[in-house]
Amino acid sequence: MHVPMTTLIFTLLVATGSFFAGLLGALTGLGGGVVLVPLLAIVFGVDIHYAAGASLVSVIATSSGAAAAYVREGYSNIRIGMFLEIATTLGAILGAILATKLSTGVIAVVFGLMLLYSAYLSGRPQPEHPVNLKPDRLAKPLRLEGSYPTAAGPLAYTSARVPAGFGLMFGAGTLSGLLGIGSGAVKVLAMDQAMRLPFKVSTTTSNFMIGVTAAASAGVYLSRGFIEPRLAMPVMLGVLAGSLLGTKVLVRAKTSALRQIFAAVIVVLAIEMIWKGISGKL
Amino acid sequence: MSTGERATSRIQDYQVEVAIGVLLRVGVMLAAAVVLLGGALYLAKHGGAPVPDYKSFHGVSAELQSIRSIISGSLALHADAIIQLGLLLLIATPVARVIFAAVAFALERDMLYVGFTLLVLAVLLFGLFDPALR
Repeated sequence: MHVPMTTLIFTLLVATGSFFAGLLGALTGLGGGVVLVPLLAIVFGVDIHYAAGASLVSVIATSSGAAAAYVREGYSNIRIGMFLEIATTLGAILGAILATKLSTGVIAVVFGLMLLYSAYLSGRPQPEHPVNLKPDRLAKPLRLEGSYPTAAGPLAYTSARVPAGFGLMFGAGTLSGLLGIGSGAVKVLAMDQAMRLPFKVSTTTSNFMIGVTAAASAGVYLSRGFIEPRLAMPVMLGVLAGSLLGTKVLVRAKTSALRQIFAAVIVVLAIEMIWKGISGKL
Repeated sequence: MSTGERATSRIQDYQVEVAIGVLLRVGVMLAAAVVLLGGALYLAKHGGAPVPDYKSFHGVSAELQSIRSIISGSLALHADAIIQLGLLLLIATPVARVIFAAVAFALERDMLYVGFTLLVLAVLLFGLFDPALR
């Protein structure tokens, strides 16, 4: 029996795929955005600009939707986040302008490399208490300090290498605007590796920065016609439902095996994106 | 600032953040409801039609590109414009978050961070409204 592909069936399929992207993204902590664009571009044959537009609004939905849950844990640092958002929002506008100028092939290759990096990061062990570096001279005057709850009571921390972190955040914003993703992986790199903030502070602060960063490029996307409502509708609703369910079951689920499976999927998608980008098949 | 004062300001930070988090969630749910409404209208009308062409990029129609025309299209009950209005509400949630943060820093008299926050807000509004980016 042959079922004709109508708009209704297409919309339901996109919503289902987006639901699983959001669910896996929340369960593994990698975010749904990294698999959404390849899913839309490779599986559903959607142009990469429309895919990025739909993905970007979904990233805002998951970031804002999960904010309440993350804040309650008491790890996120609003000052460090706000200071670094100066860099990410400026980068996001640059990235969105680049997205209007670069060819689909170039964007696909950059996307593939970003996916490979995300997969690598998810396989790496996460040290809870980072090696202390000398605090940056700017950390105290800019109040880039704080404390976070541990089993042994609140633990104070401060920031190292502030200019490096700020620069990396500009890069994270540019990638976010170019690819329509949250680029949480690069944000965590800037805070965790460059500024040596505790891992949980980095991940939760990154989540709250993702929505603000994405909102900066959303205006450019909107005015350039990247945001196709008929496509963004099932994507945004699917991802939101999936990620809300994901954060609910997160406490009970055993995620290490899931992370490995997800990382393998990401590597396959990365190779596919790079290959199709180079051969001009997107 | 003494340690005691800093501890109090951290507690206030925390309470303000929790309140903002709840507010953002309400904003996202409202946006999702509007998108769902527009989506239902769209599918009721066009659900049986062949899938639109998304394979090549030609940009969405001008009615769906500016805030003003999205609002007027929604008032005329155009399904596409209603979905886009929901997406606009969604884009507004992080902007609201930044505005709340500016107010919270002002109440704490942390002028450095009021400045930083207003700078972020300026970049956001530039992205949303600047004609040079059109």
